[in-house]
Amino acid sequence: MKEDYYITQDGGLTRHENTVYFENENTKRALPVNKIYSIYAYGRLSFSSGVVDYLAKSGIPIHFFNYYGFYEGSFYPRETLISGDLTVKQASNYLDSAKRLILAKSFVEGACGNILRNLNYYAREMKSLETHIGGIDSEIARLPGTNTIPEVMNVEGRIRNLYYTALDEIFPENYRIIKRSRMPPGNRMNTLISFGNSLMYTTTLSEIYNTQLNPTISFLHEPFERRFSLALDVSEIFKPIIIDRVILKLVNKNMLDDACFRGEIGDMLLSEKGKKLFLTEYNEKLSTTIKHRGLEQNVSFKRLIRLELYKLVKHCLGEKEYKPLIMWW
Amino acid sequence: MVIADTQLKEEDKTQSENIITGGMRITGVKISYYFICHTKLWLFSHNITLEKEHDNVNIGKFLHEDRYKRDSKEITIDQTISIDFIWKGDTIVLHEIKKTKSMEAAHRWQMLYYLYYLKSKGISATGEINYPLVSKKEEIVLLEKDESEMENVINDIRKIAMGRMPPPKKIRICPKCAYYEFCFGDEV
Repeated sequence: MKEDYYITQDGGLTRHENTVYFENENTKRALPVNKIYSIYAYGRLSFSSGVVDYLAKSGIPIHFFNYYGFYEGSFYPRETLISGDLTVKQASNYLDSAKRLILAKSFVEGACGNILRNLNYYAREMKSLETHIGGIDSEIARLPGTNTIPEVMNVEGRIRNLYYTALDEIFPENYRIIKRSRMPPGNRMNTLISFGNSLMYTTTLSEIYNTQLNPTISFLHEPFERRFSLALDVSEIFKPIIIDRVILKLVNKNMLDDACFRGEIGDMLLSEKGKKLFLTEYNEKLSTTIKHRGLEQNVSFKRLIRLELYKLVKHCLGEKEYKPLIMWW
Repeated sequence: MVIADTQLKEEDKTQSENIITGGMRITGVKISYYFICHTKLWLFSHNITLEKEHDNVNIGKFLHEDRYKRDSKEITIDQTISIDFIWKGDTIVLHEIKKTKSMEAAHRWQMLYYLYYLKSKGISATGEINYPLVSKKEEIVLLEKDESEMENVINDIRKIAMGRMPPPKKIRICPKCAYYEFCFGDEV
């Protein structure tokens, strides 16, 4: 079974025969190449060209994050999975504005459905959340009537704001969003959300790499918005399912302390301890399995991302209309 | 090792050209997929491949690399067919190794295709399929009725690949196929 490797310390990657080693003054760890799925580098990572060459041949991406945990870029090996036919059809779903609108709305529907699952869970105990849930219901009802991408994005933006306001009622006082701030994150919750979103984006990207989908051709977001904008689109569906749930657990179960954060109000980031904790919970969440109704098999949450991408492939091929994943559990 | 084009009779030339012109190469894998699942054939023909991580495929690859390296030679013809063969006296015998007998028809037709292709080049041969995991061997000979049936198969494969993706139909072997999640991964 291939695994993701999360490296939080500074160090270097070297290669000796079929093994890649992570080394610094404290440790030397072997990473067997045929067991690596992707590498997430949160520390300062140096690597020899021999390692790059080897990882490239094995199709292993390395994702780089800066000090704050923001995604900086990837070493994305040469595409091994390409289908000219699919790329052309994927592009045609962007170029045709009616087709693009359909897909863009689907991503918002998926994100919203999962947001509501989260809120409805807590609404059983907290009746005050009903107002926000009602607000989100009204917003999503406007979606069928929208005719342009900016209108769809506005609906999405308003839903997200309502969601953040609702979450602030669930979060303990010192972990409230108050106002969403990104560069840099202004407080603890913003730090956690930004860290988590970057992580979700790159995990999604690793999955796209394992399909013939072109990661730069997106539908809800503009393709020029980020280097791999399709990852942004698909992440919208999985952020509430995975990231928000990890954050809710960390915060509601009091798993974080002062040592997990660095910096001050207005400019905050996770310490190495905080990053390790987050990444551990994240990886555990991704590995959680659930019985899939269509496949009649257990699949991990991580695999759900791949299944979502397969649905997109079938949509582009004209086989089956894309219906976004909304949690049934 | 690549076989150079030998002097071919006019009618033979047309047959072999027919196989590789018409836009798409017909390979042995496509023939076998035709007898397994048309959705799989279509996806493979359009370069939507998912085989890299699938366990069953890895076992197949390993089986092939391990056995038969000793006596056999490998041959690639027109970049279309790649197969092992040995000499049995004056006859060329093509070899294939397969994991299970459950897709016997597909394997048989794949071998028949190689024999058909070689015949179009003026080379006559027979075939043998080895099932090392169940210690069974099957001899394959190309008969005239197989040849005419093969022409229908080739035309049908072309037609399928040019059309829309055939909707997935669940059959017994689906859960073992690398495309299972692709075909049936929708929730409802």
